[in-house]
Amino acid sequence: MSVLKDAGHLFRFVGIFVVLFLIFLVVRGFVVPKTFGEYGHYRAAAIGEIAANPLHFAGHQACAECHADIVATKAAGAHAHVNCEACHGPLEGHVENPAAVVPVLPNTATLCVRCHEASAARPKGFPQVVAAEHANGVACETCHNPHSPAIGSGSNAGGAQ
Amino acid sequence: MTGVEGYMYPNEIRLYWSILIVLYPYITGLVAGAFILASLERIFRVEAVKPTYRLAMLTALAFLIVAPLPLLFHLGHPERCYEMYFTPHDTSAMAMFGYIYLWYLMAVLLFEIWLDYRREIVLWSQQTTGIKRLIYRILTLGSSNISEGSLRVDEKAGWIVTLVGIPSAVLLHGYVGFIFGSLKANPWWSSPLMPVVFIFSAMVSGIAAVMLLYMALTKMRGQKIDMLCLDTVAKYMFYIFVIDFTLEMLDLVHRIYLADESFRTLDFLVHTKLYFSQIVLQIWLGTVLPLVLLFLVQIVKMPEIARKRIYAFCGALILISVFAMRWNVVIGGQLFSKSFLGYTTYKMALATHEGLLVAIGLILLPLFFLWVLLKLLPPWPEKSAHPALAD
Repeated sequence: MSVLKDAGHLFRFVGIFVVLFLIFLVVRGFVVPKTFGEYGHYRAAAIGEIAANPLHFAGHQACAECHADIVATKAAGAHAHVNCEACHGPLEGHVENPAAVVPVLPNTATLCVRCHEASAARPKGFPQVVAAEHANGVACETCHNPHSPAIGSGSNAGGAQ
Repeated sequence: MTGVEGYMYPNEIRLYWSILIVLYPYITGLVAGAFILASLERIFRVEAVKPTYRLAMLTALAFLIVAPLPLLFHLGHPERCYEMYFTPHDTSAMAMFGYIYLWYLMAVLLFEIWLDYRREIVLWSQQTTGIKRLIYRILTLGSSNISEGSLRVDEKAGWIVTLVGIPSAVLLHGYVGFIFGSLKANPWWSSPLMPVVFIFSAMVSGIAAVMLLYMALTKMRGQKIDMLCLDTVAKYMFYIFVIDFTLEMLDLVHRIYLADESFRTLDFLVHTKLYFSQIVLQIWLGTVLPLVLLFLVQIVKMPEIARKRIYAFCGALILISVFAMRWNVVIGGQLFSKSFLGYTTYKMALATHEGLLVAIGLILLPLFFLWVLLKLLPPWPEKSAHPALAD
């Protein structure tokens, strides 16, 4: 009995721990979103919120519905796996209303070098040029059709359409 | 790009872990080291170091309070830090560390200091006045039982807390080494020896810090330094420093012998950008010189004044050396490219939230906290808040 009495102050210290832990649990109950952990280590409601965001990209298939000829040219060339919107930008607005939203043609002099300017970091087999020496300011599409860039393949320089 | 030589990947050009991430392991190391020194008296019954026991505990507490601040200043959104506690991921070492930190602060340091000071706190709460009386009364937690039996319980509980505290201190600092050691993408860091090296260098730096504080505070109080205590502290510092140096050299020799694909790059780094901080500051000035001096003290009979000066000199060198070690690990590990073909430069900012001024402030802040703690809980028997309590 006297041991318990002499150890009484220790229980007070432990009591502070217990109280702080309970406060922690209560605050946690308020702060952590209700849907957290439903599917994984994230807030499940975030999926619905993200899905409700307006669309910007239409996707490859949407382009093929109206521009089948260009998609076919592209499919036969080296850019077969480059998505239309990778160069033309997000086009959901154009798909929804083709007459009102007309995409701006990309400037090939600045667009192509994003991938094809010579850099030691690119794989050796990847086509790359020092643009200033290779083209001397002439736009790439003068010689290359961006949809099928090898010279002599398909229709010649046709510009980005 | 200025400061870049050779080829760097774009994400390697700027260093993301700045001086504050250097400071963080340095400060936690001082905490762990100071606690280990305190445990010498409590667990291992090294009675000679008793005059430093309470000072070591208060030093550990003062530095532990500041330990997370460098991380918070480094974060882009420090106000979200609580989320680590509320939704921790069990695969995140950093999230688990949050709990280790809290455990160490609450269950080890605060509990042990409270147990050790309880008798005095109760007496001070009865004999002081004003705001001090209120603080002491709160600290008694409403219990004024300081009977023989209750003090015996305190002694036993304190012993258990210290026993639990040793692995906790090792865990606290081992974690920091673990974080670096487990980064397998970086050959400068990736080593299972990293946590062990961090712990031993932490012990050395913590002991050096408490030793210097003990010398400085005793001098400021116009008291005589207990030379048996100082010699014993220095002896343990020397022994642990020998182990620390051996482990670091083991790591170095292993790297040289292994000579894997990163070796030439790291070797070049050590001989160029890290030459001053690693070879000159950390190894020669900060390790070899104090080791030789401390060894001489062990084998040559020297007058008291010479020993004091050597201890003060070595203590300061050790603190610089361990800081240099943290610098070489944290900054050094970000100076080379994973391509092993290029190097970047760290340009320290001055007055930003991760700059030099904040770093200086954060290293001085624990000393301010220590000053407050020393005022509130004087560790010297003859300078108790009330003279009647002097042992």
